[in-house]
Amino acid sequence: MAHSSATAQGVFPVSITVEFTGGLELLFGNERKHKVILPAQLEDGSRPNISYLLKYLVNNLMKDQRTDMFIMEDNVRPGILVLINDADWELEGEETYELQQGDNIVFVSTLHGG
Amino acid sequence: MAPTVCFNCKEARAVIIRPKNRHKLCRACFIQIFETEVHETIIGTKLFFRGERVAIGASGGKDSTVLAAVLKTLNERYDYGLNLCLLSIDEGIRGYRDDSLETVKRNAVQYEMPLEIVGYGELYGWTMDQVVAQVGKKGNCTYCGVFRRQALDRGAARLGIKHVVTGHNADDVAETVMMNLLRGDLPRLSRGTSIVTDSDASDIKRSKPLKYAYEKEIVLYAHHRQLDYFSTECIYSPEAFRGSARTLIKDLEKIRPSSILDIVKSGEDMAALVPVEVRGSGKSKHAGAEDESAGGCGSQNGRSSGGEMAAMEKQLTENDAAESRETEIKLPVATSKKSKPAKPAKQIKGQTMGHCERCGYISSQRICKACTLLDGLNRNRPKTAIEVGMEDEEGSSTLMRQMERAQLGAT
Repeated sequence: MAHSSATAQGVFPVSITVEFTGGLELLFGNERKHKVILPAQLEDGSRPNISYLLKYLVNNLMKDQRTDMFIMEDNVRPGILVLINDADWELEGEETYELQQGDNIVFVSTLHGG
Repeated sequence: MAPTVCFNCKEARAVIIRPKNRHKLCRACFIQIFETEVHETIIGTKLFFRGERVAIGASGGKDSTVLAAVLKTLNERYDYGLNLCLLSIDEGIRGYRDDSLETVKRNAVQYEMPLEIVGYGELYGWTMDQVVAQVGKKGNCTYCGVFRRQALDRGAARLGIKHVVTGHNADDVAETVMMNLLRGDLPRLSRGTSIVTDSDASDIKRSKPLKYAYEKEIVLYAHHRQLDYFSTECIYSPEAFRGSARTLIKDLEKIRPSSILDIVKSGEDMAALVPVEVRGSGKSKHAGAEDESAGGCGSQNGRSSGGEMAAMEKQLTENDAAESRETEIKLPVATSKKSKPAKPAKQIKGQTMGHCERCGYISSQRICKACTLLDGLNRNRPKTAIEVGMEDEEGSSTLMRQMERAQLGAT
């Protein structure tokens, strides 16, 4: 669990790694790994969480028009797994998890075939 | 948030919540427990015998890759004495299957297993690229499904192997249960849940050792063991999972994760209630050999293709409308209409499995399903339509096609 942050919270942007696998990379320009930099603080004063990240990814990173292949009802489509630093996001509070400097977020599709 | 400790070893950091019992496990315990459960399934069902030669139907996708990895591990750990190999089907879809076959080739090296690749082109004279050029994208999955089933059998026969294992998982089985329930297809319902699909139609036995394994856990197992697998959408049926029974299964899992295994178990219980004389009926024994991927996309492991739920809904509505005309439900009779000589479906012994007149494949019909489809394809072949969309070095395609036809005629 690496957040070696001497970075004062709320000052510096949060830099994280986002990975798409299991076929999801097809929706993101066929790139597996992405470096993403999020603001440390959102307009309402809160810190960016997974919910915010999802919106960010759809608006900024997604190359494919078919957003419902990734997002449904403002959350991750059922059948797509989310790992926060390799742990199931259910262990970390799912979409409410607040992102930390250096986090590794993996989205894995179970829906794609071989 | 403080890290959660593993339920099993009480030491390491938990990284997984098991769908079936919500246990929180660390990486090592999860891998160990996942493998042990597959082992228990294998032992409990006496799936293999010592010295047995087993072909793993390998697509390069997550399920078959995990199956190969787990079987190799268990074979060594528990000394099953199995002789394992990989069997892949090349549907002939450029930019799709050729990529995944590369994965299978790497797997063969990684797992030290011999690999056999059987191509639609060599078997049928038609690659899926050519089929799609002919029939279009709509309905091409039917061809692919029917061809694949025979191809696996033929590949196994070529290797002299009598047992093919496939990567069907609990989600697949749950989906099949759902679909067969909705269809009211009792014979298939009773067969679809069993771990071994044995049929007189083929002397090759099929089984699915991962039938109790959640798709989610299969993907996580692959992730945590860093297995090399390939995943994509079939270019001829992208979004095959949209609007399918699959979506329903995943939605149910989201609400209550145990529901997938519950559906599998319910399916098994219902299967046990199906009268023996109904079990073998429907399209009779021969159905056993063609069940799983009939019409479905096997590269997605037999999951139903998109829109199937919609089609089902439509049919159900029509059924409602037709209800007034119906008198009673006569399952065996209704379904046996299709089989040529109208033998009573109950006389299972009396039904002889013949061989397809064309290709010799075991079939209850005079002409097997694959040959019937090929008939349609070949009839239309002279049309130049097939050239459309073939982008490259096919200058000699006419000659090639003639040769393929000659081959077909010879078999």
